[in-house]
Amino acid sequence: MKSPASLKNKVAIVGVGESDIGRVPNMTGLGLNAQAAKRALDNAGLKVCDIDGLLTAYSFTEPYFMLGSVMCEYLGLKPRYNASMVVGGASPAVMLKHAAEAIAAGQAETILVCAGENRATGQTRDAAMAALLAVGHPYFEQPYGGSIPGYYAMIARRHMHVYGTTREQMAKLAVQTREHALLHPNAHMKTPLTVEQVLSAKPIADPLGMLDCCLISDAGGAFIVTSAERAADLKAKPIYLQGIGEYHTHEHLMCAPSLTEFGATESGRIAYEMAGLGPKDMDFAELYDCFSIVPMIELEELGFCGRGESGPFVAEGNTRIGARLPINTHGGMLSHAHAGAAGGLFGIVEAVRQLRGGLGARQVEGAEVALVHNEGGILSSHCTLILASDKG
Amino acid sequence: MTQSLPRPIANADSKPYWDAARERRLVIRKCKSCGTLHFMPRYLCPGCWSDQLEWVESKGNGTVHSFSIIRRASDPAFVQKVPYVTALIELDEGPRMMANILGEDALSVRIDDRVKLTFENRGDGALLPQFVRA
Repeated sequence: MKSPASLKNKVAIVGVGESDIGRVPNMTGLGLNAQAAKRALDNAGLKVCDIDGLLTAYSFTEPYFMLGSVMCEYLGLKPRYNASMVVGGASPAVMLKHAAEAIAAGQAETILVCAGENRATGQTRDAAMAALLAVGHPYFEQPYGGSIPGYYAMIARRHMHVYGTTREQMAKLAVQTREHALLHPNAHMKTPLTVEQVLSAKPIADPLGMLDCCLISDAGGAFIVTSAERAADLKAKPIYLQGIGEYHTHEHLMCAPSLTEFGATESGRIAYEMAGLGPKDMDFAELYDCFSIVPMIELEELGFCGRGESGPFVAEGNTRIGARLPINTHGGMLSHAHAGAAGGLFGIVEAVRQLRGGLGARQVEGAEVALVHNEGGILSSHCTLILASDKG
Repeated sequence: MTQSLPRPIANADSKPYWDAARERRLVIRKCKSCGTLHFMPRYLCPGCWSDQLEWVESKGNGTVHSFSIIRRASDPAFVQKVPYVTALIELDEGPRMMANILGEDALSVRIDDRVKLTFENRGDGALLPQFVRA
């Protein structure tokens, strides 16, 4: 199959925004999106009339039909490019890809991408559980009482069995991620964490405990994509898309081709090839971390360490800010925020902020090139992107 | 209390599967064209797109590919059951399927354990394929 057409240096992200994060009971999910969008627009130095396209994902708490159109209506936009996309947690990266494709093809010039939900306060616990339950196959998985943590737990268990990965190594990932969140002024979690706390947390689905699992937050995130030509005329520092690739292998865990090898290797290969770069060129990475095992598997899939070596790689501290390959510098979904598709979107927001610089103690020194990975389902749908502070 | 656990739902793709389960048989789809067996019945073979498929009976033996002990159930119907084991079973015929490991010794299950088929009554004659340690 021939390689996808290059999107290298065709577009730039010129504005990013986060809503208030945590428990925000005075705001709706749409309101959180609007707040993030307004902040992203201000950050870009653009006006509402500059936006001619909108992409959004999905909402469990406010499950509107035609969410993209609903979002446009709420924001008062009349765009000529609009869709809501559902590839689970991979949606934000895939939306960036679609935005880049549309802009490169001249179908739109400036696209707002936003996502988020009021998952912490906008639904009852029972409603939240029922919605998440729907991720299991309705006929061949749900009758067995599976859960999302339970499916990821099977992946963690298999990794431990095949490679000798330990719960302590996964706990260290969670602790490091929390350390990063403490450097972020808007992170949901604001208190430090120890390995002992992670190991003794309430068990959810062995081997995963509560602190191996992502947060449930109220949060919205947004970014604005425009053509590289238009970006050059703006006051805000543009961050250029160098490479992007997606790959989809299954949806339900029972149909996963493997429990140790997933589609991130292929999505990463496409992105690296498009950028003309490799794992060694990345100054940091924002990886999807719905559960502690997930970024570890992604480190392997994306070539940052050998297959099965992510346990020691993380435990040795290589993924901390200041070390070889900082990951999830904002605190990830484990400690910064997780609210539907906004979880992965914040990885893109953080990569842009790091590449622009000036983040104080959180800043990755000399950050020029970054990788972001989003995944959806049960490591089912993957999208990898590479961003850079200049055209390279 | 087993009555309140979800009953299997048959649709046009899966009715023969659930009908066979009612007769305590586990059947899987086999492609007449390429010979591939697959779990989760479909209209066509996911390997070669042939629509010439047949049902074959599994011998009901397999190994535990991975598992989790669920300590907190998402589905309210399963709250009374915790802790319980969900597992991916690799059938000797090849395909993998989701199931629970039932039996007194279920919680001490390990990856690569041999398991054999059993059936759990979910009410009104509906039987759900399940596994116990062999």
